[in-house]
Amino acid sequence: MTSVADLMDYDEVVARFDPMLGLEVHVELHTKTKMFCGCANEFGGEPNTHVCPVCLAAPGALPVVNGVAVESAIRIGLALNCEIAEWCRFARKNYFYPDMPKNFQTSQYDEPIAFNGYLDVTLDDGEIFRVEIERAHMEEDTGKSLHVGGATGRIHGADHSLLDYNRAGVPLIEIVTKMIPGTAERAPEVARAYVSALRDLLKALDVSDVRMDQGSLRCDANVSLSPKDSGVLGTRTETKNVNSLRSVERAVRFEMTRQAAILAEGGEIVQETRHFEEASGTTRAGRRKETAEDYRYFPEPDLVPIAPSREWVEELRLTLPEMPAERRKRIKAEWSLTDAELRDLVNADAIDLVAATVEAGATSVEARSWWVSYLMQQANTRGVELGALPITPAQVAKVVALVNEGALTNKLAREVVIGVLDGEGEPEQVVEARGLKVVSDDGALEKAVDEALAAQPDVADKIRDGKVAAAGAIVGAVMKATKGQADAKRVRELVIARCS
Amino acid sequence: MPSISRDEVAHLARLARLAVTDDELDLFAGQLDVILQSVSAVGDIATADIPPTSHAVPLTNVFREDVVRPSLGQAKTLAGAPAAEDGRFRVPRILGEEA
Ligand SMILES: [Zn+2]
Repeated sequence: MTSVADLMDYDEVVARFDPMLGLEVHVELHTKTKMFCGCANEFGGEPNTHVCPVCLAAPGALPVVNGVAVESAIRIGLALNCEIAEWCRFARKNYFYPDMPKNFQTSQYDEPIAFNGYLDVTLDDGEIFRVEIERAHMEEDTGKSLHVGGATGRIHGADHSLLDYNRAGVPLIEIVTKMIPGTAERAPEVARAYVSALRDLLKALDVSDVRMDQGSLRCDANVSLSPKDSGVLGTRTETKNVNSLRSVERAVRFEMTRQAAILAEGGEIVQETRHFEEASGTTRAGRRKETAEDYRYFPEPDLVPIAPSREWVEELRLTLPEMPAERRKRIKAEWSLTDAELRDLVNADAIDLVAATVEAGATSVEARSWWVSYLMQQANTRGVELGALPITPAQVAKVVALVNEGALTNKLAREVVIGVLDGEGEPEQVVEARGLKVVSDDGALEKAVDEALAAQPDVADKIRDGKVAAAGAIVGAVMKATKGQADAKRVRELVIARCS
Repeated sequence: MPSISRDEVAHLARLARLAVTDDELDLFAGQLDVILQSVSAVGDIATADIPPTSHAVPLTNVFREDVVRPSLGQAKTLAGAPAAEDGRFRVPRILGEEA
């Protein structure tokens, strides 16, 4: 267990060491079927219900490559500015571990389908940092293990394990960066920004659900330190189990402070796999890293090579959507946003939601104010992501329209939104069911105003004497009497009219 | 100079989870050496104008449509399992040597 005393203060770390980063991201494609068989590719599901002789590795069963998965791999490669291999093969990565019934994982070894690319990443202050991509290759996901009998569900101390192979064979793309030098004190931020940019890119390509919480996007962070300006490459560790963007940043930062403390005392960094512990924000040692030849990779004899023609690659290039960075630039201009406003939208993951709300008829100002403030609060209160709130952009646009028509005040509109979030139906239904219509009948309002003036004659006199500011007290009384369902502006007009 | 050493055979045996005795190591190392020498005869023929072959058939780009086909179902899937629990394959303790 690492205690605080074993960590170096972060400022001291960056004063004495240069960090070197390397990031490996695994992304599950959301194809309909698995990589090499026709089993459904679905998250969840009863255990071992999406398996067949191929993904169970029954003797004699033969794999066939999912064409859509190859297309997705090429599109990802193109979006990452990679070269696309003219000819490449799958390879067997041999290991004994029950998460693959075959005792090997079908992957790509020295012939990845895409290589030599880059991704430009925007940091918090708007600076662009270029991350070079080493390769993106195709492989398959493994099954899921449940370790029984250990204290914490961990593999250590477990009595036995239970295997569900629904995920075994799900198409996976592994995207590996080249070593990323020169990040200095911003290494944790660069790591987070890279994964965030990659996630946005994959989302725009519509090739994956990119849900880090569900494991469809996973990040392993390689970190090493070398003494400042020494140019000597340090021993690296690989931290796994990093399941959120925030964790990517925390894991890199923690490893830097842990390694620095060891190096400062003359110790050596062990080259190993480490696991990130979400609760404590620390990493703990896992298994020692096996060397590459231990996997005894060899070309997969059951699958024929893939040779994407240049015509096919160019056709796929034409299917690439507007890239997130360009889209942001365009939206910033179209909606006249400041840097800070754009950053709020990005951080809230609200761009798509706001754009769809604008599409449905709201202005960008109206749409932004709903999503980034009130709905964001609701998402936080309910402990879900903004996009997971049970309200659609169309429904938000409808609420905005009702406010603009004068049918709802802002206060009532918020109540309508709560009703929608609580599953009470469409905005109009909530208005009806909760009786939230604005009291716009002047007769009823005038009556309420007269009553309020009669109740506070001294205030009424002040208004009559020209002290218009005093009208606020009467407006407040009327709003109270109408349970907030009156349009305050109209009430104010009536109060002044009555007193003149 | 043998094309495979006794140490390499021992290493491979460990990776393949095969319990091989010292006597067997001597025996297999010799036999594997003969096999490798025979296969390496191919290298004598290969020249720059003969591309390496990894497949017997000259095919590329054999793809399947992304269409779901029926799976086996849980009962059938687990029917051949030595042990099962809660709809899952039950396997013995995984960590031992590396813990
Ligand atoms: Zn299958």
